[in-house]
Amino acid sequence: MSGSYGNEGEQSYLSRKGFLTWALTLDHKRIGLMYLGAVLFFFLIGGIMALLVRTELLTAEGDLFSGDNYNKIYTLHGAIMVFVFIIPSVPAALGNFLLPLMLGAKDVAFPRLNLASWYIYLLGSAFLIFSVLAGSIDTGWTFYTPYSIGPSDNGNAIIAATLGVFILGFSSILTGVNFISTIHKMRAPGMKWMDMPLMIWALYATSVIQVLATPVLAITLLLLVFERLLGFGIFNPALGGDPVLYQHFFWFYSHPAVYIMILPGFGIVSELLTVHSRKRIFGYKAIAFSSVAIAVIGFLVWGHHMFVSGQSELSSTIFSGITFAVAIPTAIKVFGWVATLYKGSIRFTTPMLYGLYFIFTFTIGGLTGLPLATLASDVHLHDTYYVVAHFHYVMMGGLVIAFIGGLHHWWPKMTGRMYNIKLAAFASVLVFIGFNLTFFSQFFLGSQGMPRRYHAYDRVSESLQGTYKFWHQMSTSGSYILAIGLFITLGYLLASLRKGGTRSPHNPWGGVSMEWLTATPPIEHNFEGQPVCTHGPYEFPEIDKSAQDKH
Amino acid sequence: MNFTTILGDVWMPTSASTVADDTDAVFYFIHYLSAIFLVAIVAATIYFALKYKKRSDNDKTSPIEHNSKLEFWWSFLPGLLLVVMFIWGFDIWLKLQVPPANAMNVRVTARQWTWQFDYPKDGITAGELVVPVNTPVKLTMSASDVLHSFYVPEFRVKKDVLPNRYSVAWFEATEPGEYNVFCTEYCGKNHSRMITRVQVKSAADFEAWRETGGVPPGTSPAEAGKIFYKSFGCNQCHSSDGTANTGPTFLGLYGSSHGLTDGTTVVVDDNYIRESIEIPGAKVVAGFQPRMPSFKGKIKDKQMVAIIEFLKTLSK
Repeated sequence: MSGSYGNEGEQSYLSRKGFLTWALTLDHKRIGLMYLGAVLFFFLIGGIMALLVRTELLTAEGDLFSGDNYNKIYTLHGAIMVFVFIIPSVPAALGNFLLPLMLGAKDVAFPRLNLASWYIYLLGSAFLIFSVLAGSIDTGWTFYTPYSIGPSDNGNAIIAATLGVFILGFSSILTGVNFISTIHKMRAPGMKWMDMPLMIWALYATSVIQVLATPVLAITLLLLVFERLLGFGIFNPALGGDPVLYQHFFWFYSHPAVYIMILPGFGIVSELLTVHSRKRIFGYKAIAFSSVAIAVIGFLVWGHHMFVSGQSELSSTIFSGITFAVAIPTAIKVFGWVATLYKGSIRFTTPMLYGLYFIFTFTIGGLTGLPLATLASDVHLHDTYYVVAHFHYVMMGGLVIAFIGGLHHWWPKMTGRMYNIKLAAFASVLVFIGFNLTFFSQFFLGSQGMPRRYHAYDRVSESLQGTYKFWHQMSTSGSYILAIGLFITLGYLLASLRKGGTRSPHNPWGGVSMEWLTATPPIEHNFEGQPVCTHGPYEFPEIDKSAQDKH
Repeated sequence: MNFTTILGDVWMPTSASTVADDTDAVFYFIHYLSAIFLVAIVAATIYFALKYKKRSDNDKTSPIEHNSKLEFWWSFLPGLLLVVMFIWGFDIWLKLQVPPANAMNVRVTARQWTWQFDYPKDGITAGELVVPVNTPVKLTMSASDVLHSFYVPEFRVKKDVLPNRYSVAWFEATEPGEYNVFCTEYCGKNHSRMITRVQVKSAADFEAWRETGGVPPGTSPAEAGKIFYKSFGCNQCHSSDGTANTGPTFLGLYGSSHGLTDGTTVVVDDNYIRESIEIPGAKVVAGFQPRMPSFKGKIKDKQMVAIIEFLKTLSK
């Protein structure tokens, strides 16, 4: 990767103005940016829902909302965060922007398909928004039957929401297909598979799951709609159906979906920790293949959501065993990231801070999966706040922390602007403290037995109620700190875009993977001419090659 | 709030069943082990981050790419520990799955948003689970509407309750006392109110309870009715203080007249109450949804009389 392929004089991809230049664009960078705007918007909405939930739980009584409204709010929080924020956040927003740049390609393999997937995403989101207007759903984001197919005042909302998720699935599948083709066919000359940045490996593994698992969710939700509208009786016990079957179908997608959500985070963190410590990744192959291993094993563990749901003892035992197997590739990654810091030259930039936070929060998320994979302790912890805390440590402490770190890392690349770095470091500390206070408290709540999805806990006996209240108040306080941190972040990111905002240098972090070889922001066709890959993604000039032989 | 009592039992609630201590053992084993790993990982991260902090632009970094031996051991050793966790958890779980042959049978019916416990041998129906201490109790459970889940934190026992099949759970309580029974599978509007109690009584107290069908001897019918009002869970939807809820309040209900959804009017008397309990959908008070399940055959004649007597006291 020698020389630079973009010059300051050439047109940035942002320079053409006008609504249609965006609405009809085939440029992956612009599509990525539009996705970014949308996912941040939904993150804001989902976050506000979360604050409402946390505020209600400050007191044991259900005094802020009625039971029905509370159930709608937490359902909306979950559905928005999972389906229109987290799943598209890294692949569709950051991934769309970065994948061709990192491969040295001019665009994704199918630019029109890419634009189509954006509009399909908008359509699916519109259905979700419509479902809110049509009375909003109160089924939880999991749509468990028979509650979701029973008599409801909000039947139309349930149909709209499930159809929305059904449509969103196609957007996800198309992005996946596009990424897989691009990675296979459009790598720059000289870039072998083992020369790809780990971000690309992570997006590759993610895309494979998106393509293989999403159709199952689509069919499941379509059956649910048929069940409601036509009385099919597949999941309805009153017609001879089986609600446990629904859970199998649902988790067959939704567990792999957890890896759709977290694998891209692994990719980002691998980039952050290397660039900001000027080191090669420790165990490139181990980290790359462990992503693939997690993607494969992730297909075989869905039953661990159902240890107490009525599936057979044999199934539960097998699912428990396979679930433990996921822990090994995950541990390999964490150890690899820590070892990457060894003998580096570490810069405490904001992206790096998020990378370091990630090691802490994701490790907790991973380790607290162990008592949930263990059959006996899962019986106690299932459907309590322990599970809520665990998956927030994985989803938010893992993916979202990585996403925010990645956003700070590539923000200059995407916008050509540099944010206020002092404010950024300060806000990141608030996010870190707030996040841990919010969700670590919930481990105690859960192991003490507090069930999830409770609108109030005033009927709980005195002895436990005091404990619950204490930890709920801790958790809510944390969520306010977290919210302040995130609002500051949103503020300085937007402020950097104002006229006269600080311009970023072309390569503010000294990255050597291909996205840093073009101008910042990139020119419209990414690279002037076809760049050639001559070295791996982490060959920083600081690396002491004279010491190579000692290892 | 006393901070020390909270942090004293910060992880697990009181243990009150034979399996609870076993579950806690594997729970704490995993948590202590996790704490060791977490501390090691965080210590290494902080140590490296500070020790190898950037000193100057001329910093040189190590070209190290991997170390096969290290990578093997840090995969293999945690792998072994995972096998231990799996087998340990599996072993205790098997105990949880197989009720002892001599267990006392209780049938559990879950519905939005009440629990009902039937003692087939004694013909007792109650809204609270009453069990003798040191006796295995087998619960055969089913739901009459949506999914629910039976959970007693102090027993470390949880099992989903389904509408289309029977699920089984069992426990042997070791400490007399009263504990929460939570519904832990989301079941709609009043999910968080679907809480009842399990009362663990000494053998003698349990016998006394069983002989009187759950009502202390010498209780007046109206007082007994008040007990049934709570134990059958009527109070989940019908308040006794005039507050509106899923169903009409019981305050001042007896003897009053009400408009029905079909436009007719009814005077609330003994017959109407009985009909509404047994066939709730027959005459629905205007402004309410027909959400109530039938209690036909669940509430016995004497209990019905007691409930009616209790309602009368609310209209005086």
